[in-house]
Amino acid sequence: MIGGPPGAAPPRPSPQGRKEPPPGLLHRLDALGRASLPGVATAGLMVLAAAPPAGLPGAVAAVCLPAVFFWSAFHPAAMPAPVVFALGLLQDLLGLAPLGTGVLTLLLVHGAVTRWRRPIARQTFLVVWVLYCAAAGAAAALGWALQFLLTLRLPALTPAWHQFLLTIGLYPLLAWPMGWLHRTVVRVEEEAGA
Amino acid sequence: MLRLSIPLRQALARLTLPVLVAMAFGTILLGKADALLAERARMALADILAPLWAAMAEPLRTARDAVEEARGLLALRAENARLREENERLRRWLAAALALEAENALLRRQLAFIPDPAPHFVTARVVADGGGTYARAVLLAVHPGHTVRKGQVALDERGFVGRVTEVGTRSARVLLATDVSSRIPVTLEGSRARALMIGTNGPRPRLAYWPEGVRPAEGERLVTSAESNLFPGGLPGGVVRWSEAGTPEVELFARLDRLDLVRLFDFDTSGILPPEAVARPEQTRGRSSARTAAATMARQ
Repeated sequence: MIGGPPGAAPPRPSPQGRKEPPPGLLHRLDALGRASLPGVATAGLMVLAAAPPAGLPGAVAAVCLPAVFFWSAFHPAAMPAPVVFALGLLQDLLGLAPLGTGVLTLLLVHGAVTRWRRPIARQTFLVVWVLYCAAAGAAAALGWALQFLLTLRLPALTPAWHQFLLTIGLYPLLAWPMGWLHRTVVRVEEEAGA
Repeated sequence: MLRLSIPLRQALARLTLPVLVAMAFGTILLGKADALLAERARMALADILAPLWAAMAEPLRTARDAVEEARGLLALRAENARLREENERLRRWLAAALALEAENALLRRQLAFIPDPAPHFVTARVVADGGGTYARAVLLAVHPGHTVRKGQVALDERGFVGRVTEVGTRSARVLLATDVSSRIPVTLEGSRARALMIGTNGPRPRLAYWPEGVRPAEGERLVTSAESNLFPGGLPGGVVRWSEAGTPEVELFARLDRLDLVRLFDFDTSGILPPEAVARPEQTRGRSSARTAAATMARQ
């Protein structure tokens, strides 16, 4: 795990005198950190959300889904499918749902969002949120159905409903810093690419 | 790094998601087939994250404390008003108590009243539940040179527990009020009616033999009765609860299911005791009453 990747720092104004930074180790580390930052940050946030004293059941999934949705829609290169798989596995291991249900749900959300990412990315924030609510509803329904299939017992609807509400309620809170991060990464990448 | 042709790379990129979805199904099946594996993986992850969480616990606690503090500050005004009102009420009670105390002193002077000496007590640790002849009894550990006698009254910090029935050199057995063979004379505090508290081996003894015309009221306090000179009167016993079957039961003040220390009061009563009650030499001690015992309890 890369602690405090270089991309996390606020964007440095590139020094005027130098044109091309040499593509050395630091440069590659920088690119790697930038590419892995969303995944690492999401994983860190999930671990934080699962910390015992915070004590909010279902917060792990509610933190993970917005990140997967956002990065899949706006910057899919930062959230490739293997990272989604790893995040889903982490979510399943941190939570108590049957193993694999989170992985499958997140992968399907990721697939759907990357499929329609161009129309999604053009919308205003509010419309994106509404679309996200639909995705979260589908994910909650899928998770509920999978739990029913895997345990062969009808899971209670109330926790799933609360989970859904928490998931859609956390999106604006998380989308704001992620949007800032996204803009920063894009700018830095443009500067690096320029 | 592997160099791949562009079409191959594109095909691979397109294949990633289906393959990963298939792997997700595989994970589901794996978790279903071997529940122990998921458990072990969870524990391994928790082991890795435990130090991190432990490090985070302190700042999180600080943050939560700060929130609590802020909430307390917000509630300060209402709390203050409530306390002021309560203070006012207590002040009135203080005045009433002082007046009563003065009147009491005056009346005592008139009567040449002999005050009760404070009862003597020893505290003993409960070391075992049950055993012996009784279903509901506890064993106390006492020092070899103890002064515990049969018939002494055991109280915990809340109320009546039972009586000492057997005494050895290093231990004593207390028959709890819930035992089926326990019969405790009690007084209903509201109506001053006498009754008998009879153990049932259940958590709540039942109430019996109250006088005609008096009905034990729900929630009425029970204290021990000095009748038969077995106990001093006035020791707190419990409250009356009517069961669903329509019988009055006693919810004891004492927590008999989690006794750890009990106090054995020597009230020097000479009522009905089980046989061989004179096995141990009696020590002369001043007569005492339960009121001072209750006062001693309250002081502790």
